[in-house]
Amino acid sequence: MITTKNLKFNYNSTIGFDFPDLNCNPAEVLLITGGSGKGKTTLLHLLGGLLRPVSGKINIDSVNLDTLSEKKLDHFRGKNIGLVLQQSHFISSLNVLENVELASWLSDKKKKSEKAQNLLEQLDLKDQLYKLPSQLSIGQQQRVSIARALINEPKLLLADEPTSSLDDENAIIVANLLSDLSKKYNAALVIVTHDQRLKERFTNIISL
Amino acid sequence: MILKIAWKNIWFKPLNTILSVILLTASVAIISLLILLQEQFEKQFSSNIDGVDLVIGAKGSPLQLILSSVYQVDAPTGNISYEEAKTWMKHPFVKTAIPLAFGDNYRGFKIVGTTPDYLEKFGAKVETGKIFSKDFEVVIGSEIAKKLNIKIGDKFFGSHGDAEQGEVHEEFAYIVSGIASPTGKVIDNLILSNIPSVWAMHDSHDHEAHTENPAHGEEGHVHEEGEEHHHDHEEALVENPPHGEEGHVHEEGEELHHDEISEEGKEITAVLIKFKNKMGFVLWPRLIAQNTDMQAASPAVEINRLFSLFGIGLQALQYLAYGIMLISGISIFIALYNTLKERKYEFALMRVSGASRLQLLGLVLFESLLLCITGFILGTILGRIGLWLISSTTEQDYKMAFDPFAFALEKEGVLFIVTIFVGIIAALIPAIKAYRLNISKTLANA
Repeated sequence: MITTKNLKFNYNSTIGFDFPDLNCNPAEVLLITGGSGKGKTTLLHLLGGLLRPVSGKINIDSVNLDTLSEKKLDHFRGKNIGLVLQQSHFISSLNVLENVELASWLSDKKKKSEKAQNLLEQLDLKDQLYKLPSQLSIGQQQRVSIARALINEPKLLLADEPTSSLDDENAIIVANLLSDLSKKYNAALVIVTHDQRLKERFTNIISL
Repeated sequence: MILKIAWKNIWFKPLNTILSVILLTASVAIISLLILLQEQFEKQFSSNIDGVDLVIGAKGSPLQLILSSVYQVDAPTGNISYEEAKTWMKHPFVKTAIPLAFGDNYRGFKIVGTTPDYLEKFGAKVETGKIFSKDFEVVIGSEIAKKLNIKIGDKFFGSHGDAEQGEVHEEFAYIVSGIASPTGKVIDNLILSNIPSVWAMHDSHDHEAHTENPAHGEEGHVHEEGEEHHHDHEEALVENPPHGEEGHVHEEGEELHHDEISEEGKEITAVLIKFKNKMGFVLWPRLIAQNTDMQAASPAVEINRLFSLFGIGLQALQYLAYGIMLISGISIFIALYNTLKERKYEFALMRVSGASRLQLLGLVLFESLLLCITGFILGTILGRIGLWLISSTTEQDYKMAFDPFAFALEKEGVLFIVTIFVGIIAALIPAIKAYRLNISKTLANA
């Protein structure tokens, strides 16, 4: 579960953002929308601990991100936050399964191989386990990155434009998977998007 | 796990990797080959001069004298009068003096007339059988016994000179009385007899050759005519000192009396001197050069001169090899740096998944180090294969073998550290870039 308070961020003196307070409970979905330049991605990076706010507080599972050192933040992020991005990036030399395993290893030094396989099977990627990510279609790649985001059973699942590069069919599949799986793993799901298809799908929406 | 990713990453771009590894392998192979060659070469050369302070022989190139009399690799400078040599051998400065008389070979292995002291100088013992005591008895080196499968009591005929195809002395057969213990020094490849055997062999040889084949002298034998032999002989040598390329002892007695050969007027090839009083080391070279027809050369000095001569060549090769290593370092750097652009998303992603900055730094360093270690291992193996190939030729041509399994720990250790250092330097800038990567910016610009 995630709450923010009085969140502010400045890139420089002219570009700065004041963000509304957010609250998202486990197994809930929060959709954040807004046109480009409104700071959607910035907010997502703040929530994921990739950026540090100028002022304000972010509490994830009652941990204040501001109090964590850089190294601890890396660790916290690996353990508690799953990230799905608009474009999926992978370690291109590792196969699909290894990429998912790597995420679990990086967070707690354990290769949860069986769990990774189950997760990938649920995402209908059973036949792609030993392929390189570059051999997969974009929709498949997006599903692999969902598996990777969920392998550590994070408290918070962040998705940045997860559907914008997908066709209608795949967009709905991905959206359903995200909401179903976050419910299943009891994670708060925050989606940042300007995708009209998602606005129709989810109800809890904040507009920037 | 980081190591595994590093390993997978370097093989994901096999061409880059192979180029870097080939360059590294080549440089490490050249350097380790040179290190081993130089070290073993010097060791072999130095171990053979143990116990020899000075060599007395006929005038000519001092290096040639050393090479021929100590290492048995070059032709001798000529002969010296045994009579004259003896006055120096009995000098109070001298601790041991070992006379050497070269004459024949058997299947390319030199037959050397000497005293049992010669064995002792090399620390060799007669392992089986006994030392030569009568004329034509020989002790053979351990290598020869192994290679030619010779046993005690075997008889063989020597060929004249040091060429395998030389004229065969069929009048007298050598008989094997003993086999020497292995030493790893030149003596392993020598056949040793007493000096009178060599004299006797050539007494008869030259006599017969002379009567049967007067034109025989083209190979540089000095043919003596009966009574005047002593005079002629001297003259021939003086006129043409380096002429006796085969270095044999030409002895023309009036009669054949090999059973009791007088030392009078006989010649030998060289004397190995060890001093009691080190003053001789300083004084003798001049003294002998000024007062006699002989020269005295120091093996230590000559071998140092030889090493410094080809040391320049070795050094140049070594610089070349380090140059190649530098290039391989640059190639690793370029490969890592070029892929950094496409890989920054990978790095950002690993950070998002919980990797720390240090793990990314480590990943880049590991990739470079893996290349370097692979190159080092392959290079070390290749260098040894090279040494083994060289060894098989030198063994045939110079009776000098190198051990490809030997390790020059110190120098190869330094080489390893240098290789690792190259790897670290090459990876430093890319690694720091990975360390300082701004994940938010990287992902936002995706």
